[in-house]
Amino acid sequence: MAKSEDSLTLKDLNLGCVVTEPGNARQYKTGSWKSKRPVTDREKCNKCGLCYIYCPEGCIRVNNKGYFLSNYEYCKGCGICAHECPQEAITMIEEEEE
Amino acid sequence: MAQKIGMEVSIALGEAAKLANTDVIAAYPITPQTHIVEHIADMVANGEMDAEFITVESEHSAMSACLGSAAVGARTFTATAGQGLELMHEVLYVASALRFPIVMTVANRALSGPLNIWGDHSDVMATRDCGWIQFFVENGQEAFDLTLCAFRIAEDPTVMLPTMLSLDGFHLTHVVEPITLIEKSDVDKFIPPLKHPFALRPDKPVTMGAFAPPFIYTETKKIADEALRSSKKVIVSVWDEFGKRFGRHYNPVETYRTEDAKTLLLTMGSYSETAMVAIDNMRTKGEKVGLIHLRLWRPFPFAELKQTTENADNLFVLDRCISLGGPGGPVCSEIKAAFYDSQKKPSIIGFIGGLGGRDMTPGDFEYMTKRGKEIIQHGTKNEVEMIGVKE
Ligand code: SF4
Ligand code: SF4
Repeated sequence: MAKSEDSLTLKDLNLGCVVTEPGNARQYKTGSWKSKRPVTDREKCNKCGLCYIYCPEGCIRVNNKGYFLSNYEYCKGCGICAHECPQEAITMIEEEEE
Repeated sequence: MAQKIGMEVSIALGEAAKLANTDVIAAYPITPQTHIVEHIADMVANGEMDAEFITVESEHSAMSACLGSAAVGARTFTATAGQGLELMHEVLYVASALRFPIVMTVANRALSGPLNIWGDHSDVMATRDCGWIQFFVENGQEAFDLTLCAFRIAEDPTVMLPTMLSLDGFHLTHVVEPITLIEKSDVDKFIPPLKHPFALRPDKPVTMGAFAPPFIYTETKKIADEALRSSKKVIVSVWDEFGKRFGRHYNPVETYRTEDAKTLLLTMGSYSETAMVAIDNMRTKGEKVGLIHLRLWRPFPFAELKQTTENADNLFVLDRCISLGGPGGPVCSEIKAAFYDSQKKPSIIGFIGGLGGRDMTPGDFEYMTKRGKEIIQHGTKNEVEMIGVKE
């Protein structure tokens, strides 16, 4: 499945829908399921990393400045990080909003 | 050519699985199928058959073990009936989606409740949309012959689909019939070794059964449907080749005395032979009646069916299954759908009979013929009648 989800057609399917390329689940982006996304206020964040620990998706990564940020391609928008953040630094905003 | 010998049909099916060089059998005993797998288990235990017999704790496990066996490219056989088929129901769809050429005999049995171990077609009709090739046999010889053909069809590189052979529980499984077996060397020439292009191998890993999200699931169903539909030409050509090699010919739709028939009966399975007796009786009385025996059920033989009914006014369909609260019987409703767009079509009336092992005699088929004509005369065409209800 070297192709993107959108460009796959029935011609790309092997007999029995067998997948011959290992590890291609990585290409499957599941973040489109969410209706809200977490946005971190870097003024309030003290880089404690609790959001990283609580995220059930394991999609929060620390960036090169030490901030813990969600990868929206995999984030499901559950809001657990926002709920757990001791600094109340995370706000869940509607996907449609900028 | 081997001799004709008297043999229980179930035993002959076990012999067919052996002659076909089956590698793996995973099965759970259930009446009226048990004799088939018991005979295979005997042969494996006695060293007469070089195969693995996996004893499992249920039919769900039986079919799941068959998936594993087929995944490594082993020739795989199983048999079940009634509740057993329902218990493996969800796994059937996986077998066809993975394109595993498993061959399974279903000794047709009524479904509980109430508990009933005798024959009808409720079990297999509940699985008609599972993506398997499905056919119904009429007698013991056909059951033996078409089991061999089933391996050849299922494993054809352009088909690669599981195949289900239905034979009536007790009426066929438990009777002794004269059966001509086929020499091993001839079977070997007829059924080449199985080659699954993606069979699991440690040095060539693949993923089988990956999930298909909304962006691709529809496409998987489209190709599954196309694969099943296009298997028909292979089914026909394998049956043709079998006829040429062994002298017994099989077609998706068989006819009996239909040439000038104005009224046709349609049956599946062993009741076709009973209906033939009724046709002969009615013919001696001068009635222009004939019989259609639907052998192939999936893929449904639309074109072949229509050809056989071209000159008929009436078509009376027997279902050995009832679609409760629905349009009567599944076979009749599909036959009606098949003719919906036809310019010239017969009047189609559905009957339900032979449920849960209730015998249908030639007299019942004569009644069906008479009653069908009455229904047409009185203009109550949508009626579906159950034959022989004690009111
Ligand atoms: S919203 Fe849920 S999934 Fe997304 S980053 Fe926060 S905890 Fe993880
Ligand atoms: S839990 Fe809150 S304060 Fe701690 S790293 Fe995450 S966003 Fe920053």
